[in-house]
Amino acid sequence: MKEYGKKILRENVVTIVFAVLCVLGFIASGQTFSYVLSEVASRLFRNFGLVFSLVIPVIAGIGLNFGIVLGAMAAQAALIFVTHWRIQGIMALIIAAAICTPLAILFGFLLGKLFNKTKGQEMITGMIAGYFANGLYQMFFLVLIGTLIPLTDERIMIYTGVGIKDTLKLEDSVINALDNIWKVRLDILSRPLFEAAAVILILLAAGTIRKKAPGWKEKLAAYGVYGAGLAAAVLLCIFNPSVSFAMKFTTVPMVPMILMILIGLLVNSILRTKLGQDFRAIGSNMKVAASAGINVDKTRITAIILSTILAAWGQIIFLQNIGNFTTYSSHEKVGLFAVAAILVGGASTKKATIRQGVIGIILFHTLFVIAPLAGKALLNDAAYGEYFREAISYGVITLSLVLHISSRVRKKVRK
Amino acid sequence: MGEKYVLQMIDIKKEYYGNKVLKGINLNLKPGEIMTLVGENGAGKSTLMNILFGMEQIRNTGGFSGKILFDGKEASISAPEDAIRLGIGMVHQEFMLLPGFTITENIKLNREILKPGILSRIFGKRLSRLDRETMGQDARRSLDKIGLNIREDEPVSGLPVGYMQFVEIARELDKSNMKLIVFDEPTAVLTEVESQRLLDTMKKIASEGVAVIFISHKLDEVMEVSDTIMILRDGEHIKTVNKEDTDVIALAELMVGRGIDAGSIAPKRNFDDSDIILSIGHLSVDMPGEAVKDFSLNVRRGEIIGLGGLAGQGKIGVSNGILGIYPAEGTVSFHGSPLPLNSPLQVLKKSVAFVSEDRKNVGLILNESIEQNIAVGALRVKGRFLKKYGPFTQVDTKARRENAHRMIKDFQIKCVSERQHVADLSGGNQQKVCLAKALTMEPELLFVSEPTRGIDIGAKQVVLDHLVQLNREKGVTIIMTSSELKELRSVCDRIAIVTDGKLETILTPYAGDVEFGLAMSGARKLAETQDEEMKK
Repeated sequence: MKEYGKKILRENVVTIVFAVLCVLGFIASGQTFSYVLSEVASRLFRNFGLVFSLVIPVIAGIGLNFGIVLGAMAAQAALIFVTHWRIQGIMALIIAAAICTPLAILFGFLLGKLFNKTKGQEMITGMIAGYFANGLYQMFFLVLIGTLIPLTDERIMIYTGVGIKDTLKLEDSVINALDNIWKVRLDILSRPLFEAAAVILILLAAGTIRKKAPGWKEKLAAYGVYGAGLAAAVLLCIFNPSVSFAMKFTTVPMVPMILMILIGLLVNSILRTKLGQDFRAIGSNMKVAASAGINVDKTRITAIILSTILAAWGQIIFLQNIGNFTTYSSHEKVGLFAVAAILVGGASTKKATIRQGVIGIILFHTLFVIAPLAGKALLNDAAYGEYFREAISYGVITLSLVLHISSRVRKKVRK
Repeated sequence: MGEKYVLQMIDIKKEYYGNKVLKGINLNLKPGEIMTLVGENGAGKSTLMNILFGMEQIRNTGGFSGKILFDGKEASISAPEDAIRLGIGMVHQEFMLLPGFTITENIKLNREILKPGILSRIFGKRLSRLDRETMGQDARRSLDKIGLNIREDEPVSGLPVGYMQFVEIARELDKSNMKLIVFDEPTAVLTEVESQRLLDTMKKIASEGVAVIFISHKLDEVMEVSDTIMILRDGEHIKTVNKEDTDVIALAELMVGRGIDAGSIAPKRNFDDSDIILSIGHLSVDMPGEAVKDFSLNVRRGEIIGLGGLAGQGKIGVSNGILGIYPAEGTVSFHGSPLPLNSPLQVLKKSVAFVSEDRKNVGLILNESIEQNIAVGALRVKGRFLKKYGPFTQVDTKARRENAHRMIKDFQIKCVSERQHVADLSGGNQQKVCLAKALTMEPELLFVSEPTRGIDIGAKQVVLDHLVQLNREKGVTIIMTSSELKELRSVCDRIAIVTDGKLETILTPYAGDVEFGLAMSGARKLAETQDEEMKK
């Protein structure tokens, strides 16, 4: 049991450190819980797509796909065009999604081809491919638009008539179009949510007991811990005034939340299919998978295409919430922040789940919200917090890669 | 015809770039028969199996000549898929299993049973769900067939190594039309008990009508399990015998028996057994494919000792472990003081040099000049070829060049100039550069690993002559690892045979072919009991 506890601790060290940092930061910032909760909730419902898009490539052994930047670019290109056409409301987002999907498939295909030529170095390749694609993207929207490609639109173009402005504001009716369809206060939503969670937990636990597959006791223990956490959350909501106030203060955009659940379920059910089994097989050992007749290269390309599509959709959901974007740089950090978030949730270059994505977004963005405030409260300058969170994003990626490699080396030496 | 064969391979010939590796092999296999292929490394066993499986490297090197009949019909096997379709299965030496997958998932890898779901109705068959229940039942059935009493939903990573081979067998048996299974040295990694179970399983499979081809070096196992035994040597089909008509000693002789004329055996010399220059105690080396387990040996000052044995038994791991190229454990003392392991520089500093078997990656810096390659070791380790100016140093190009000139002349290295890149040299001349590099380090003890691998006969003799000269004139003690027994016997004072990562025995170069054959196949004990029985 002690061994098991140690193992859990070692495997989740990044997540635990972040949870502790979040609590300390929250105390130092002196902010109310309601502010932090509402901020984190809105970030959760706009970042999930980008983070979920990382799961499949990790399972397929490609590692953390920094190439999702290409998906984000596809989304931005689509949004630029729907803004130019002045399409209004939710229709604009649907058409943008329709435009960016084939683009994302094309980009994903090319990226997959590239990754197949650079097996083992996909992460750095993805990053460099992102920079390279950024160059093409800039050339297209900064130089070609208005010269080779005739387009006149004062609202989105630089006054010289060549190139798109460096800040693009979506049409007013498009901003928050998804969010505004249906909003529910968290305290009202919480009851059915808690009930659903409890029912699912009980069903899962019952299934585990019935099957008694190897390792079922550990699984059951984990469900017990979740159950206890759930109960604690319910009690807090009822009896803690600051929590129950925060629940009333926070509203949940229902459509993004439903999309989040659907995309999460979609990714998980893809992983349960034959295709998902092939992803896991090539992620485990390409040579063995190939000898069993699995077409490794093709499967890897499929994984990257799926990832790029999800990233493109994710970026649309993200930008409709923000409302405007810096045309030439808002995609740049997308890969970095999404990767950092899922790593904080406990993922590694070899293992990633939707659940880790959700936990990661919550922890990473809590720190994001709190760090500048804590910086201001402690050092009287919000900029310190800003630097801090930048350093943290890079730091957590480095840490996770080092931990991953050192655990691999340790295993080898022990053998 | 009379009897029906499941597999016939008729007059199979194969060349690799003019080098004949199979010279007309004939193989006839009946259903339910266990045939063993025995032969040294390079005898052609794996080439023959690669042909049977339609492996890519056969096609890429010009194919083969001869006919393969499967079930009496001529079969053209141009890819592994063809072989699988015909019903030929393979249990690999290294495990072809995914550790994170359950046993069921491994058995059913890429042959999963599917059932339609919502996603598959929209996006096609590849998004069907897995019918895990039926898959589990299938896996259970084939596990039961070989009497393996483990849960099919257990992940493979938690299994003891010995079980993994059985999961592979279960996987092959699960394929519906299996008619022939090839076992490629399956017992190499197993313990004795596990090996026994594997052999029993093999017999059981054969009793159900599946033909078995078994590749093994362990003659005792061969004698236990085979119906017929086919002996290959240097690509030639020496003999196919029934088990009843032979014994271990005869097999060993057939396997090795290429003889060596007495004149070319190294002359006998006397050494002081108490004057030990290098003492290796309980050495273990984690070198993939050449693992050393608990190897001990004393090397006497001034001798040339050979390390022989079959590939994969660990002889190459010994020198690589001592030089710190692969992680090693154990005690090694040089001149009575301990030699630090896992630290190449520390070892090299003590006047030990190493000529690696991996010329192109370890031995040489390919895109550097000959003079630099010859000097680099001594420069780094001994500080030779350096001019010192206070704390700064500069390479003494003149001294480096003079040394290179001398070496090129001594070793007859064929090159345009000392500034030519070693990548442009032939294999034999590259090897001479490696030797020159080791020599420049002025070693007391020299490890040479496969010094004549991949070089032509003329260069071979030059290399061997130089080693002997080095030993006789400069008194360098040499530990020479080689797969070529003949070469070892022509140069060495003693030959240590490494089997299963351990020292099997030490033989003199005058020992007979049978003794070498038995030592390399680890069947000495069996032969001894056979001898005793004969005496009675």
